[in-house]
Amino acid sequence: MPTVMEADRIGRALMRISHEIVERNRSIDALALVGIRTRGVPIAERIAGNVEEIVGRLIPTGALDITLYRDDLMRHTVGPQPVLRETAIPFSIDDRRILLVDDVLYTGRTVRAALDALVDFGRPESIQLVVLVDRGHRELPIKADYVGKNLPTSLAQSVQVTLVEIDGTDAVKVLEGALT
Amino acid sequence: MRATKPQSIAPDAVVLKGGRVVDPMHSRDGTFDVRIEHGRVAQVGKDLPVDAARVVDVPPHIVVCPGLIDLHVHLREPGQEHKETVATGVQAAVAGGFVGVVCMPNTVPVNDHAGVTELILKRAAEAGLSRVYPVGAVSIGSKGEQLAEIGELQKAGCVAISDDGHPVADSLLMRRALEYASMFDIPVINHCEDPSLKADGSAHEGYHAAVLGLRGIPGASESIMVERDVSLSELTGGHVHIAHMSARGSLRAVRSGKERGIGVTCEVTPHHFILTDEQLSYDTNFKMNPPLREDADRDAMLDGLVDGSIDVIATDHAPHHVDEKSVDFDTAPFGIVGLETAVSLVLDRLLHGGVLTLSRIIELLAVNPARVLGLTGGGLTVGAPADITLLAPDLTVEVAAASFRSKSRNTPFDGWTLRGAVAATMIEGRTVYVNDNVDGAAAFGDQLAR
Amino acid sequence: MSTQDKLRPGAARKPATSPARLRSRHLLSIADLTPDEILLILDTAQAMKEIGTRPIKKVPTLRGKTVVNLFFEPSTRTRTSFEIAEKRLSADALNVAALTSSVVKGESLTDTARNLESMAPDMIVLRHGSSGACHLLADVGSSRIINAGDGMHEHPTQALLDALTILEHKSSIAGLKVAIIGDLAHSRVLRSNALLLNALGADVWVSGPSTMMPCGIHRFGVTATTSVDEAVTEADVVMMLRIQLERMRGHFFPSRREYFSLFGLTRERLRLAKHDAIVMHPGPLNRGVEIASDVADGPDSVILEQVSNGVAVRMAVLYLLAGTEEGTA
Repeated sequence: MPTVMEADRIGRALMRISHEIVERNRSIDALALVGIRTRGVPIAERIAGNVEEIVGRLIPTGALDITLYRDDLMRHTVGPQPVLRETAIPFSIDDRRILLVDDVLYTGRTVRAALDALVDFGRPESIQLVVLVDRGHRELPIKADYVGKNLPTSLAQSVQVTLVEIDGTDAVKVLEGALT
Repeated sequence: MRATKPQSIAPDAVVLKGGRVVDPMHSRDGTFDVRIEHGRVAQVGKDLPVDAARVVDVPPHIVVCPGLIDLHVHLREPGQEHKETVATGVQAAVAGGFVGVVCMPNTVPVNDHAGVTELILKRAAEAGLSRVYPVGAVSIGSKGEQLAEIGELQKAGCVAISDDGHPVADSLLMRRALEYASMFDIPVINHCEDPSLKADGSAHEGYHAAVLGLRGIPGASESIMVERDVSLSELTGGHVHIAHMSARGSLRAVRSGKERGIGVTCEVTPHHFILTDEQLSYDTNFKMNPPLREDADRDAMLDGLVDGSIDVIATDHAPHHVDEKSVDFDTAPFGIVGLETAVSLVLDRLLHGGVLTLSRIIELLAVNPARVLGLTGGGLTVGAPADITLLAPDLTVEVAAASFRSKSRNTPFDGWTLRGAVAATMIEGRTVYVNDNVDGAAAFGDQLAR
Repeated sequence: MSTQDKLRPGAARKPATSPARLRSRHLLSIADLTPDEILLILDTAQAMKEIGTRPIKKVPTLRGKTVVNLFFEPSTRTRTSFEIAEKRLSADALNVAALTSSVVKGESLTDTARNLESMAPDMIVLRHGSSGACHLLADVGSSRIINAGDGMHEHPTQALLDALTILEHKSSIAGLKVAIIGDLAHSRVLRSNALLLNALGADVWVSGPSTMMPCGIHRFGVTATTSVDEAVTEADVVMMLRIQLERMRGHFFPSRREYFSLFGLTRERLRLAKHDAIVMHPGPLNRGVEIASDVADGPDSVILEQVSNGVAVRMAVLYLLAGTEEGTA
């Protein structure tokens, strides 16, 4: 199983992203991180930790479950539905510059759902997208603002991200066939 | 399978040769010939002469019995012809092996005056199949307030009185009914049920009804009235017949009454000695009154059949239109059909179940029904009409409600596989029903009804 | 800690790997659910709760789906709860309040259902006065049926919201002593709760007048007693059932006064329970009959939380059922 990123590289990629965020956003105060469940959440938390190291301030972090906004939910009734988990955004997103965080950017549909959800929470000043891996094959006009690694893949492949907080190890792997 | 309406006069003489004949009234169970002349039983014996007679060799898998009589059916005419009519009811009856049926008065209007009785008898004559014996009402409209004209009803042809569908709740009225009816030598058939205990219940009061959230009817609501009726029978000397008994307390009361020489008789339906409340669901084909009760009650009914405390097996054939039964359990009317399943259920569960002999079964289905109501029949008596039921006790059948001759289909037994069936039914020597699935049964039809 | 974490302490924040699905396309009774399915509904409800705290209390999940609230018994509380749940999921909610008279009851149900079929509702939420009415409806049409209370039989969403409420105050349901008190024989809330609490391992005690004790109650897997004090002693949860005052006509008990003194939940009686016991009631309350006002409004009462949890539970049920396959039983 080809591992394209191990713990080390992931750590460095996230630190680089955190620096980029600080560089491009003059006002840290207006920033807020929203991780898309499930693996976007620990990534967002790590970025918040990194930024605190860099500028000494903690960006508020929230977790967003987009299950109820998916466009494919009620369409096919084959296969199990994903488990619904809680959304927790303990701050107002009005006038904030939101950093939406996910592990893998693929078709863009997850991000579309997340944008729909965020809009129901308030009116942010702007939304930027942070992803650990961009594997291409967009089906919607969505682009990431911060990318850990660009990873060209074929449609027959899948990208598996594991993180210490959830899976016990940090790794990005490219697998043949669908993720089970 | 077909029920034949006889078009021609029966031949002068027929001999049913060499079959097993079960005729407990005359203490017969063995190989006998039966000679029929002019529609009457001429002779029963061994190696009878066959001169000038058509001979039908009875195959070994067919048993010759006196015609069966169902003491409790609802023919629904007049007034509820969407459920059943006399004509369709007697079609169902002969298919079920019954040469006679006793029909209850809860028609619309109630059979509380001679005009209704005459209508029922007229329809029965037009149909020309099973004999129909109407039961007249105890009270006008069966309201339980005022005695009906029982003398008139009996003169018109009623063989008993009953307010079936309802109990005769008022004890004084029941007393008077017993006294009055005894002048005509007819019994009062009571649907025993204390109305206040029954209240708005729809199933037997027990664990299963509690789980389903159905209001219960306790067994005591039946047995306390049976106890009352036994006492009233003792007081008046009148004959009370307990309809569709279901509770063990009722059986105890009847047994004790019989031991004391009181004139009480009783009947049980097949569903009450086969099913229990454990089978209960929201399927309205399991809703009847009295309801299906607990194991102990069902077992008591079987005991009563064995020890003779129960006199009769009757079906309480209660047809309801499919629309009426396709509603929620609470709203659905009580009752199931029974004419076309009774014989198979009885043979399967009682004969093949090792509970009763065929002889005892014929007592319960023919001898005793005739005795309880003083009807002709119940045995192959010389000079009596040749009303004969031919049984095929070993034929396996699958109950198919969709093929019932009755207008209604409300049975919990649909799809059941049972061992035992009716082969043919003869009334006054005419074959009125032949079961084509029984090998050799056609012989009874072709050769006789010409 | 979320409900889910409480119920599976070892799992931490690992996403569940078991599929999120109910086997049946209807929710007719708790008896049909496995403990896993019950937990699934509760987990989902927990997640749904948060939607009620947002400025826009809506998600687009059931957009374009039609849900008919078919109520044959008047009920503002349950019907509004379902309606809010449906609207929060962006479903089109239709309220049909059918008149019931004992003569017309049976006809109305099947005929109304057949008429509704022409609208092809995705789901029908049914409340009816006859036990088994929802089973009849499930056979008649092709919509998914949610039982909102059928006669004396079951009220599944009530038991689910009760369980959710309990879990917000207690670390688990297993091992809790739960006392359910009142008109047991006629209560669908009792039946659903007894089934659910037993499935999750609680120690269920029930109490009420002997005239209102269901037949065979010991076979329900509960401890039954006519002594309320015995039931309430050391209880973690005390659940009071509503007494329908019309019962007095069936000679079930002589008067409100006597009922209250023998079976009502007062401050003193509540002292017999554990010090951190919670008091529940499905509503509406009969103050001074089954429960004293000061208890109903007191610090141990979670009655109002039950109401808000009702919306979340119903959202969860609607969401999970909407995702069931067309052909499933």
